[in-house]
Amino acid sequence: MTNAPAAGSTHSPVGTDTVENAAATPDVDLPYAELGLKDDEYARIRDILGRRPTAAELAMYSVMWSEHCSYKSSKRHLSQFGDKTTDEMRKHLLVGIGQNAGVVDIGDGWAVTFKVESHNHPSYVEPYQGAATGVGGIVRDIISMGARPVAVMDQLRFGAIGHPDTQRVVHGVVSGVGGYGNSLGLPNIGGEVEFDASYQRNPLVNALCLGVLRHEDIHLANAEGVGNKVVLFGARTGGDGIGGASILASETFDADKPSKRPSVQVGDPFMEKVLIECCLELYAARVVEGIQDLGAAGISCATSELASNGDGGMHVDLENVLLRDPSLTAGEILMSESQERMMAVVSPEKLDEFLAITAKWDVETSVIGEVTGTGRLTIDHDGHRIVDVDPRTVAHDGPVYDRPYERPVWQDALNADDAATLPRPTTPEDLRSQVLALIGSPNLASKAWVTDQYDRYVQGNTALAQPDDAGVVRVDEASGLGVALSTDANGRFTKLDPYTGAQQALAEAYRNVATVGATPLAVTDCLNFGSPEDPDAMWQLVEAITGLADACVELGVPVTGGNVSLYNSTLAGEVGQGHIDASINPTPVVGVLGVLEDVARVTPSGWSAHGQFVYLLGTTRTELSGSVWAGVVHDHLGGHPPVVDLDAERALAQVLIDAARQSLAAAAHDLSAGGLAQALTDAVLRYGVGARVSLAELMPRDEIDAATALFSESGARALVAVEPANVAAFEALAATHNVPLLHLGQTLDGGAGLVLDGAFEIGLDELRETHEGTLPRVFG
Amino acid sequence: MARIGVITFPGSLDDGDAARAVRLVGAEPVRLWHADDSLAEVDAVILPGGFSYGDYLRAGAISRFAPVMGALVDAANGGLPVLGICNGFQILCESHLLAGAMIKNERLTFVCKDQTLRVDNNSTAWTNEFAAGEEIVVPLKNQDGQFIADDATLDELEGEGRVVFRYVGNPNGSRRDIAGITNARGNVVGLMPHPEHAVEAGFGPEGAGTDGLRFFSSALGSLLASN
Repeated sequence: MTNAPAAGSTHSPVGTDTVENAAATPDVDLPYAELGLKDDEYARIRDILGRRPTAAELAMYSVMWSEHCSYKSSKRHLSQFGDKTTDEMRKHLLVGIGQNAGVVDIGDGWAVTFKVESHNHPSYVEPYQGAATGVGGIVRDIISMGARPVAVMDQLRFGAIGHPDTQRVVHGVVSGVGGYGNSLGLPNIGGEVEFDASYQRNPLVNALCLGVLRHEDIHLANAEGVGNKVVLFGARTGGDGIGGASILASETFDADKPSKRPSVQVGDPFMEKVLIECCLELYAARVVEGIQDLGAAGISCATSELASNGDGGMHVDLENVLLRDPSLTAGEILMSESQERMMAVVSPEKLDEFLAITAKWDVETSVIGEVTGTGRLTIDHDGHRIVDVDPRTVAHDGPVYDRPYERPVWQDALNADDAATLPRPTTPEDLRSQVLALIGSPNLASKAWVTDQYDRYVQGNTALAQPDDAGVVRVDEASGLGVALSTDANGRFTKLDPYTGAQQALAEAYRNVATVGATPLAVTDCLNFGSPEDPDAMWQLVEAITGLADACVELGVPVTGGNVSLYNSTLAGEVGQGHIDASINPTPVVGVLGVLEDVARVTPSGWSAHGQFVYLLGTTRTELSGSVWAGVVHDHLGGHPPVVDLDAERALAQVLIDAARQSLAAAAHDLSAGGLAQALTDAVLRYGVGARVSLAELMPRDEIDAATALFSESGARALVAVEPANVAAFEALAATHNVPLLHLGQTLDGGAGLVLDGAFEIGLDELRETHEGTLPRVFG
Repeated sequence: MARIGVITFPGSLDDGDAARAVRLVGAEPVRLWHADDSLAEVDAVILPGGFSYGDYLRAGAISRFAPVMGALVDAANGGLPVLGICNGFQILCESHLLAGAMIKNERLTFVCKDQTLRVDNNSTAWTNEFAAGEEIVVPLKNQDGQFIADDATLDELEGEGRVVFRYVGNPNGSRRDIAGITNARGNVVGLMPHPEHAVEAGFGPEGAGTDGLRFFSSALGSLLASN
């Protein structure tokens, strides 16, 4: 601890380190390096303040200027999402990037808000609580927009399925997501589960929440109106999640205090459920002027963001914060990440009504300050002024880095190693055994072991949930208006080409939403990448952001908000920066939201009756690089990912949307990981209705062999089942949009499985046991 | 119009769904609050699913002390039709209106699935529109759903025909496949699966099942018959 003063220093920077004291003792060293601040960042804080910061101010700046809160490495690139968004793309946006979550108009006065966030590192340290509080955090973001949360989804990436630590992480994360989300009464309507060695010791736990509100109910995180009260309510403030602040506080300066603080927060879903209902009642009573949830950086973040988004300043008396642990120092109170807390701005005349509602819900509440006209954020503790800052310098004017980035030296060799050179099966026996190997492989196998631990029924509005292409929830019971949501990311594609990989993620989510019949409207993203201080990982990030922003423009769907998780480079400690395995497979999780005029007309993914015509839409190319087939059969990752054809995606989407509107499609399922083989399997197993299909026309038309037909992962394709009576209309619809269409075969009756004409047959039971047995076998 | 109350405890989750189910069969749902000490003169009461008080201590153990429960226990003993679903069933057991208790599922995880049940008793206030022995499908979703009781109690329940539903394919280790039971009088019924999630085609079990509706129309029918 090189920068800390010796224990017993007369200038203890804690508690008594006032602004006055800081000005009078410019030479006291503070442990800024231990708090993660660089020399030049600390120098800038001294410049901004014209003096050294107090310990409390240092606590605030250090957390707010962290990568997690300030986006300092990604900010200059993320601006593409805003800059490239056109007015036309913005026409459905009621609130864009910059607030807790974006808000999208879905018609009839209804709006939805949605966002995906990461909780990766905590979930490795303590899987249950890390995942649980990840759900809790994103739900509070949605509440703070004024919305009722109506659904969650989670995007999970774990290490290799056989790795000894994967069991611990999987069991903890899945029960954490379920334990928290189930207790909130939020249906879990989908998500992703993948296994890959690159996520070993660095799992990804992303969580998405969807909320519904009326246009007039939108709330913002703005502190306005001099004299309005600043109210903190919810759980009490404790010592959790302040690993960093411990450096400032107990460990250095007071050996008698409980020094070891947990770095991972602990969630209380019951408190959060009560908080949801309490907030909704407060909104309905119109007693909230502005509101912000407390997440990362706790009170530091909430006060500085509320104040800097407003028109004045804010004063807080910190001793009014209700504490779980009375020994907390001012810095710890400011940095605490205790969960289930909210901060509201309330006008004095509505305060009594506000307090009556929180009392009804037994939610502890304290008035901790008020909005001022000073333009400053001032914080007193027991009458001592410990913070006096311009809130913008804390919340918005943090450092912005132009990190060096460069195409990795290994990238060309990786791209040159094309999967087209791998031996492909040619005999019926080999094709059959490879289909089975694929559909039972960890990343294609049924995820029911996971999703059956989540409540998908609560609230009674779930029209579709995993394993369908998108989750669909009804918004308006009277009209049937609803929304569809899908998230996707392909880390293998993104490793091969981050620009294209991010576009593939968007294209797939967009396609999934259209597959159920919804019109795509808006995007959220969670960018999980390696260390920004590694030029390789930084290059991946910049390429992915650029690709995603460009594709959003092409498809006309704006990014409304999201999250960046960097430093997912645990393995760099072993292999060294610059090594091809130093970071996780770059994983840009992209969520697309679509609207359905009537969820009753949603298209299901599975076949439900015999005698239906099975069509393949789109073109299949020899695109095996990065595929699951290359990974499972050959343990291979190399070459270029499938090309992204956004015109083709848009045309396909239009066919799928119109087919749903006109009730022409009995079922539709997109082709993605695992290609046609996986899509056929999914469609059969969903309701246990098989099909006889033939590749005889597809192979010559697209100039491909049988293995490519079954396993290629070309984009812009879907499998559609059509009742005989609708065949002519459906074929005409595809022709109108110039989408290539091929009649592959018919659905069968009598418990048949999958029959590939002239090649092989797989019975329903074998198909099911292979696809559904994998996860239960490993995880019990 | 028959008025059917739905009690909201802190942490109740399926209260809105229960109210919707009541509305769909043509009765009037009346929202009741745990801290009230009256039942607002409703004709029947549903204790909905959820995690009241976070299931802390033990599922239902805290809610049984809610002010509204005093009035409920009296009314139930007086013959008021009462349905406890999932957490509501747990609260009824903790309140000693129903026998037995629930412990963690055999597999120790939350289980969410479409569950087939067999109706063993179609003479209760909540099951009279089912046929005896009929198989129905409603969603099951819980963490602590394993029904237990001592053998004497189980024998008594079976002997008196008070087992109302049995699982077809036991999902959680419940003794003797018991999914739901009733009291001696037949007016109080509790079950772990969720009939209120099988009331609208397209928003419940696969295959557009709406078997749950008849729980609520049974109650409505009994109320109309008794008036």
